[in-house]
Amino acid sequence: MGFFVDLWNALPQDLQTVIWILVRIVIIVAPLMLLVAYYTYAERKIIGYMQVRIGPNRVGPRGWLQPIADAVKLMFKEIVIPTGANKFLFLMAPMLSIAPALAAWAVFPFGPEMVLANVNAGLLYILALTSMGVYGVIIAGWASNSKYAFLGAMRSAAQIVSYEIAMGFALVGVLVAAGSLNLVEIVEAQEGGIFHWFWLPLLPLFVIYFISGVAETNRAPFDVAEGESEIVAGFHVDYSGMTFAVFFLAEYANMILISALTALMFMGGWLSPFHGWPLLGPLFDWVPGFIWLVLKTFVFMFLFLWFRATFPRFRYDQIMRLGWKVFIPITIVWILVVGLAVVYRLPWWFD
Amino acid sequence: MLENYLPVLIFMAVGIVVGLAMIVLGFVLSPHRPDNEKLSPYECGFEAFEDARMKFDVRYYLVAILFIIFDLEIAFLFPWAVVLDKLGVVGLVAMTLFLGILVIGFIYEWKKGALEWE
Repeated sequence: MGFFVDLWNALPQDLQTVIWILVRIVIIVAPLMLLVAYYTYAERKIIGYMQVRIGPNRVGPRGWLQPIADAVKLMFKEIVIPTGANKFLFLMAPMLSIAPALAAWAVFPFGPEMVLANVNAGLLYILALTSMGVYGVIIAGWASNSKYAFLGAMRSAAQIVSYEIAMGFALVGVLVAAGSLNLVEIVEAQEGGIFHWFWLPLLPLFVIYFISGVAETNRAPFDVAEGESEIVAGFHVDYSGMTFAVFFLAEYANMILISALTALMFMGGWLSPFHGWPLLGPLFDWVPGFIWLVLKTFVFMFLFLWFRATFPRFRYDQIMRLGWKVFIPITIVWILVVGLAVVYRLPWWFD
Repeated sequence: MLENYLPVLIFMAVGIVVGLAMIVLGFVLSPHRPDNEKLSPYECGFEAFEDARMKFDVRYYLVAILFIIFDLEIAFLFPWAVVLDKLGVVGLVAMTLFLGILVIGFIYEWKKGALEWE
């Protein structure tokens, strides 16, 4: 033990900082990966039960080891690079989708003090990184040199950029309400019980943000980009083995990110829903904020699965109409409404 | 101030390394037995008869252009939104005018049918 302490102290100061940061990154990324793995398991189980099946139940007790088995299987599958493909771009695309999906967590606060980088431009960083995901998709579709992949990438890119506008406007609404780009301060601006959180004054933006999030991640009912029955799998049709697994990971990591951000910006993050209530408030005081945040995130993650099990796929023109002709006008109007409320200090939320 | 951003930079590097490591691991662990049929681009069993990089609908291009305008608008709204509290009514009126001009353009493109996908 003493040897390691000496070794640690012998390291230069800068290296110590970097190692310490790396350790904290691993503490974030490792549980995230595990959550992604078990999210896929939960998806298959939950959708299974919604369709009166039992879902995976063969690998391990009640199928608990299924995600591990899937990961091992994918790892040992041959990686096929099609002849017509552009090799470099073909292999770069999956990395371009996983890197932002992970890196966005750098500024995510898990509690008032539990944040890796408490930067003032947190929300701007999130907006920038979630926009990066579209490059992975479009490069994958282009590099594959397959018609299905190309069509899927075109559809997906147009859809993602359309919904990103609605999403961006919804973020601007949150900014106006909170008056800060710092994610910790955004949560602190919602201080109070469940009716103080931003979901109430920003209700349309809250709904639009989450639905846009579903569209951004190309999840059902917005999954025309990979519509199995029309274009097989869309942009990743020619990917196999680990290259496919990386896309898969990125998609699920993005779903978790969207859920967590929704919980953070509209549902009071780590705040207790009964904060300041006469009887229930003190009763739930002992629950750590992190637990509240995780519970809220899980609710939204469940909604993703519920949508997939319940809604039929939208037609492409319906998707574009919803994004451009419904969401964008509503968000623009609501930003001005929130602006008015903030300027005139509407009591309860903005006083 | 700036050292706050060091973890962000390292996290980005970690993100890329994770992706790279997984793909390299896949290459190392998986078999590699290519043949002509396996490496041909997927087209539901048919041979691909032409290059996939074909002409595509101009509306995708239109959407991309419209996106740039609106995304710039969002970037422009960000600093305004942060300080609206201090700007007060003047700031709100100024941004209403600005958004109004954008909305006029939006109505124009709507009427011109740039948003139709039938």
